[in-house]
Amino acid sequence: MNVVTPFEGIGAAVKRKEDARFLSGRGQYTDDLNRAGQAHAVILRSPHPHARIVSIDTAAARAMPGVVAVFTGEDLKGVGGLPCGWQVKNKDGSPMAEPPHPVLAIGKVRHVGDPVAVAIAETRAQAQDAAEAIRVEYEVLPSVGTIDGALAPGAPQIHEAAPGNICYDWHLGDAAATEAAFAGAHKVVVLETTNNRLIPNAMEPRAAIGDFDPATGEHTLYTTSQNPHVIRLLMGAFVLGIPEAKLRVVAPDVGGGFGSKIYHYAEEALVTWAAAQLKRPVKWTADRSESFMSDAHGRDHVTRAELALDKDGTFLGLKVSTRCNMGAYLSTFAPAVPTYLYATLLAGVYRTPAIYAEVKAVFTNTVPVDAYRGAGRPEATFLLERLVDVAAAEMGMDRIEIRRRNFIKPDMFPYQTPVALQYDSGNYDATLNAALAAADWAGFEARRAEAAKRGRLRGIGCSTYIEACGIAPSHVVGQLGARAGLYEVANIRVHPTGSVTVFTGTHSHGQGHETTFAQLVSDRLGVPLDKVDVVHGDTGKIPFGMGTYGSRSLAVGGSAMVKAMDKIIAKGKRIAAHLMEASVEDIEFDRGVFRVAGTDKTKSLAEVSLAAYVPHNYPIEEIEPGLEETAFYDPKNFTYPAGCHIAEVEIDPDTGATTIVNFVAVDDVGRVINPMIVEGQVQGGVAQGIGQALLENAAYAPDGTLLSGSMMDYAMPRADDLPAVGVATHTTLCTHNPLGVKGCGEVGAIGSPPAVINAVVDALKPFGVRHVDMPATPAKIWSIIHGSRRVAAE
Amino acid sequence: MSARVAVTVSVNGTTHRREVEPRLLLSDFLRHELGLTGTHVGCEHGVCGACTIRLDGAPVRSCLMFAVQADGHAIATVEGLAPAPGRLSVLQEAFRDAHALQCGYCTPGILMTVSAFLEETPDPTEEEVRHALSGNLCRCTGYQHIVDAVLLAARRLREG
Repeated sequence: MNVVTPFEGIGAAVKRKEDARFLSGRGQYTDDLNRAGQAHAVILRSPHPHARIVSIDTAAARAMPGVVAVFTGEDLKGVGGLPCGWQVKNKDGSPMAEPPHPVLAIGKVRHVGDPVAVAIAETRAQAQDAAEAIRVEYEVLPSVGTIDGALAPGAPQIHEAAPGNICYDWHLGDAAATEAAFAGAHKVVVLETTNNRLIPNAMEPRAAIGDFDPATGEHTLYTTSQNPHVIRLLMGAFVLGIPEAKLRVVAPDVGGGFGSKIYHYAEEALVTWAAAQLKRPVKWTADRSESFMSDAHGRDHVTRAELALDKDGTFLGLKVSTRCNMGAYLSTFAPAVPTYLYATLLAGVYRTPAIYAEVKAVFTNTVPVDAYRGAGRPEATFLLERLVDVAAAEMGMDRIEIRRRNFIKPDMFPYQTPVALQYDSGNYDATLNAALAAADWAGFEARRAEAAKRGRLRGIGCSTYIEACGIAPSHVVGQLGARAGLYEVANIRVHPTGSVTVFTGTHSHGQGHETTFAQLVSDRLGVPLDKVDVVHGDTGKIPFGMGTYGSRSLAVGGSAMVKAMDKIIAKGKRIAAHLMEASVEDIEFDRGVFRVAGTDKTKSLAEVSLAAYVPHNYPIEEIEPGLEETAFYDPKNFTYPAGCHIAEVEIDPDTGATTIVNFVAVDDVGRVINPMIVEGQVQGGVAQGIGQALLENAAYAPDGTLLSGSMMDYAMPRADDLPAVGVATHTTLCTHNPLGVKGCGEVGAIGSPPAVINAVVDALKPFGVRHVDMPATPAKIWSIIHGSRRVAAE
Repeated sequence: MSARVAVTVSVNGTTHRREVEPRLLLSDFLRHELGLTGTHVGCEHGVCGACTIRLDGAPVRSCLMFAVQADGHAIATVEGLAPAPGRLSVLQEAFRDAHALQCGYCTPGILMTVSAFLEETPDPTEEEVRHALSGNLCRCTGYQHIVDAVLLAARRLREG
């Protein structure tokens, strides 16, 4: 990787190749596509959190103008349910409860938004009219929307297959060693906290178009997905019984995902199935209300944690007991999020020698919960970084000093944590120092005093986080219950005249892969950037792939590209050796040129590829024609981005409103390919993290009625809610992938929430505040300041 | 519901005549009747700004208007921003240079909002830019690079 093409290769802030089409309105998102003869589907959803379906009368709907068909759960009884991709085991080794998840509800509805019937008509308006004319008689059942409500004695039972509403009761770590550590502790610090439920709200609502060609028997699904091959596998094999060879899934331009477009959703199966039934394309596009009640939500934990310390502030042990919400059904990767992406991160950047975590997952009458940007790691980071601040306060120690004292130091890698992970590299003092300097931490007390003169409460807070991404080694995740491998696939095609097409199994929905991946290829093969095209999102074009989530695309997908390019170079050397009548061992490759070592004899990549495709003077008996290679890359470990985020806030005591006056992020994401894109990813992640800390909350009534069902009542950050965020990187290389990259997609959303809340708590120090749960809304803070204990967490 | 009403609008300088249902939203009219899919629909309740177009020069949310209400008016959409095919306007170029877009879904609405803003406020402060953008939701960028792009475009436009 030492070949750098000036201005285009690794490390260059190349402007994005995809921007011109997006800026001119020529992107092609799923709802922009139309198939000849398509009909439109509108879904009727449950208005109740929990009800028995007594009857469904579709006669009036079927008789309406333009109506093609109306289907209910009874019509889809031959269709499989939506599968879950991860099986977590209970403490006793028994499998989790895995209740059926029908495409359309059968017999019962279990959350507001549960799909009950679909009306399909010539126009969307006609389908809407028809859906409204479907008569459903419900017998409303007792329901529960909260974790503790679902666990209470006598709680409504949501699934027969899940007694007590428990999905699983899981644990990780050494309970006995942890108890022993606590027995010898000088001090035990306790924190009870929640992690607020979030609604992802990608700006593009989900959409799906099913198409079927009766002549060939081929099905095509166009869908807003982060991983079209995963959808093909799950839907083809488990739901509809369509062989992969007869099912093509296309995910064109996708308008943001943040995790919510990973999962296989009912609507995808519904339009694919309906198109085959009706022998015509069927299109469905969510309106925003449907997004709120049908896109998988994120987070939603209730936790009690205890940290044991010795007298000088060294961490001895950590006990964590978490209850988490699965919603009404298991979404595709839901069981893995509060377990293997959460409890495994509870060591953080610290040398805590003994950790024991218990996680109880429960069903409630709410929308399914699954991975949302960060997925488990923001929950772990918030818990730990709040706990460390509380510990510092109760030990009378400096917040920075207690962190430094417990950091894993640079000479301790590889570092085996007590919760399964082995960190490969990092330098936590370095990112902390850089952030402290950039935020002028040392000068803060003067700013606090100045703010006090203006009647404002000023606070500063930091978080030193780590996360695990670049998921994941297949044999490891297989042992942990994954029902898939998590390798990635690249196919690199060098065309006869030397331009290159890269086919990747990852998917770009804002990350700029068309640019970053082209830079990788440009750098390694020496091909100008404008002659490299990246193709993603089509199972008809790309061999296979597991898609984009968990900041894996570069670490895993990019590594697959390196592996494929190495095969291209190896084959090219053999062809070049023949063309230059030299021994293959003597051929060097650099910047697109094959050279006989120590001579001026050279052949360009384009000359070699032309010879490969026009094999007149060619060792055809020894080397196949063509220059195209495929590689599957299975990662050897997770990657471990880490860093330090610092927030500085001012609170207006009269209103309780918090203003973030400064925010600094210093992240170690490994080698940076395109610094402009990395900064954009961090900026966006920080904005979502600030959203979680101050604004966003998926509000449910205790009975499971969704209260925040529109953008009017779910507050997301706007331009005037956010500060100018300072972003910097400090690099230690990943040691186990060929690029040294770690991943940058989620760090912003992981590191920022505890930094903000630590700053808020610091600002509220004069009121004896120990903890504030997210979101720290003006009402909550005003109540704290003005002595009300009704809203405040403490 | 099906009684159709005649609508004549000018979109990016081209006149279109259609007969549409009175309930058809202007956003759906642009996307599905005229095939101008650059205007995106994010919330259908006027909160996100993704569907922002310009109606007789003013930035408006096309999901909060019926197509029939646009009868006789002049509309500008993102497809009309570029000076020529294959080229970008100063504003579009600044968005590219400052990395002011990621997934691109909110981008057309933001460009239409900002194009009007910069005509009224050619030399804005950062605070004014943030205020002008506050009616448009972007879930990807965190807005900082959008703010940078608007300030960059303003400077380039002033300097000609």
